[in-house]
Amino acid sequence: MTTTTPGTTPRPTVRSARASAKPTRPVWEEPPSALGSAAKAVLVAVILLVVLFPLWVVVLTSLSTQQAITAAGGLVVVPDGITFAAYQELLTGGVVTRAVLVSVGITVVGTAFSTGISLLAAYGLSRPGTFAHRPLLFLVLLTFLFGPGLIPTYLLVQSLGMLDSYSALILPGAVSAFNLVVLRSFFMNLPGELIDSARIDGASEFGVLTRIVLPLSKGVTAVVSLFYAVGYWNAFFNAFLYLNSTEKWPLQLVLRTFVLQGQPIPGVTQGAETVGAGGGLVATLAIKMAVVVLALVPVAVVYPFVQKHFTKGVIVGAVKG
Amino acid sequence: MPGADLTTPPEARRGEHTAARRAPAWSRKLRRDWPMLLMVMPAALVLVVFHYVPLLGNVVAFQDYSPYTGVMASTWTGLVNFERIATDPNFWAAAGNTLMITAFQLVFYFPIPIGLALLVHSLLSPRLRLLVQSVVYLPHFFSWVLVITLFQQMLGGAGLLNSFLRSTGASTFDVMTDPDLFLGLVTAQAVWKDAGWGAIVFLAALATVDASLYEAAAVDGAGRWRRLWHVTLPALVPVVVLLLILRLGEALTVGFEQFLLQREAVGREAAEVLDTYVYFTGVVNSDFSYAAAAGLVKGVVGLALVLAANKVAHLAGEQGVYSR
Repeated sequence: MTTTTPGTTPRPTVRSARASAKPTRPVWEEPPSALGSAAKAVLVAVILLVVLFPLWVVVLTSLSTQQAITAAGGLVVVPDGITFAAYQELLTGGVVTRAVLVSVGITVVGTAFSTGISLLAAYGLSRPGTFAHRPLLFLVLLTFLFGPGLIPTYLLVQSLGMLDSYSALILPGAVSAFNLVVLRSFFMNLPGELIDSARIDGASEFGVLTRIVLPLSKGVTAVVSLFYAVGYWNAFFNAFLYLNSTEKWPLQLVLRTFVLQGQPIPGVTQGAETVGAGGGLVATLAIKMAVVVLALVPVAVVYPFVQKHFTKGVIVGAVKG
Repeated sequence: MPGADLTTPPEARRGEHTAARRAPAWSRKLRRDWPMLLMVMPAALVLVVFHYVPLLGNVVAFQDYSPYTGVMASTWTGLVNFERIATDPNFWAAAGNTLMITAFQLVFYFPIPIGLALLVHSLLSPRLRLLVQSVVYLPHFFSWVLVITLFQQMLGGAGLLNSFLRSTGASTFDVMTDPDLFLGLVTAQAVWKDAGWGAIVFLAALATVDASLYEAAAVDGAGRWRRLWHVTLPALVPVVVLLLILRLGEALTVGFEQFLLQREAVGREAAEVLDTYVYFTGVVNSDFSYAAAAGLVKGVVGLALVLAANKVAHLAGEQGVYSR
């Protein structure tokens, strides 16, 4: 309060115009007390640490030598020698390699399929006044309100003969009404003149979508693809429910069975040294943590590229939807 | 699609100005819009087959369904399955656990994204803001298996915390298998995974607040906390109400994987929720009709909760999930 003097009143507006370039505290706002700043800094540090520390430990343990793991008595916090032995062990054939390939395959095929039909449908529904536009939109939106239930879905998948096939991991959840609505509301905000002029120039609707609409919607398309991709990569329950044969398992099932439940991985050489009270085989720990890292790396790698579109793409879409 | 258009061939009207004007509006629109309809079809087909057809499949709840005879040939039993639910202690225990978890998370999870958003919003440096946002959103994109594995490695019996406690000679404890701590554990997992992501909506709401409101309040002598109370928080109220409604509507759904994955370690008493109950009675024990009935009860009550909560929101003058 004490800093606000009549002489400085015009300044905030000038400054706020430049705020996007270099943020400055408005003149009327009190500078924070030293104690307040310190508390905030500690809080931010703690939050970052709570999220990043487990990831740090897991990645480091997966890269650690057997000696380092033995010395640490389990998970490694401070690095001491780096080795890729665990990844070599896992990725030269066997259960985990196959699971990685299965997960990648399902993610690629599923994401392409889901994103493709969602883009088509979102564009098809994005011009109000289109024939049967309202009932079709209703058909999509109604799926928000209630789900079909686990048992009837299971019985349907069973009677379609899709049990133990990869199609059961993709088809039942291929369309997310949420993603469709996000895309649709983004398309609706594109200027209609643009689309009309393309139509007048003789473009087909598909041509309008691929040549006019999609190039303008790269951000939101990237975000929706990420949502679908993450969904397929992380899918555990569908695989757990519908797949019987071990050799078809995606990575999440491998993670659950061999890491969370601690069953030995078939075909992987088990380490010999054990930690005293901790139990478990030491080299196995590096291998287990390598499985964890394999499960989280693709997400962590793709995420930064799409992250910048989150607020623009999703919030705008969702709020206006 | 109402396909009656096939009876009038489109070429019959081509070029005839007055006839085209007299042709029904839908027929002309269909002729113009069929490419758009065609584009909607694949997605619509997926939704019809995998969402609406199973919805009809709920009839097995009124049958004595056997996988060998199929839905068509199974005998009808009326409401027998529902009577059984009413007297099934396991169903009610699962329902109780579910509601307990929802209530607990409403108190201990719900405020955290709001606080997080306020914290991030108060950071002046855009670089630090982006860093914090990027980091706290990240766990949302991890699978439940991964999150639970990380918790197990950090807090479990053989985890980092306990090996540290052992090295200092302190007594150890296993959070991951203790039924008494399960409520806190699942809430902590939910916070770790999704609180950051949940803050996005509140951040968006905060970004829309008119800065001149703050300035006016400051000029009127409102300090930091009064501005928070009178300017910032009122701006968040619609979002808070909306999310509360959504959460209440989902009171019977606490998530599947998180509980399925930990049910074994913690025990059924604490970790059985309605979704896992339906799965174990239906798919594992092949009691399809009874499990479908349990799922149907859950679904219908859940739908009623959403509609009721939305009604309350309308009465309270908020926009709610959908406007009438």
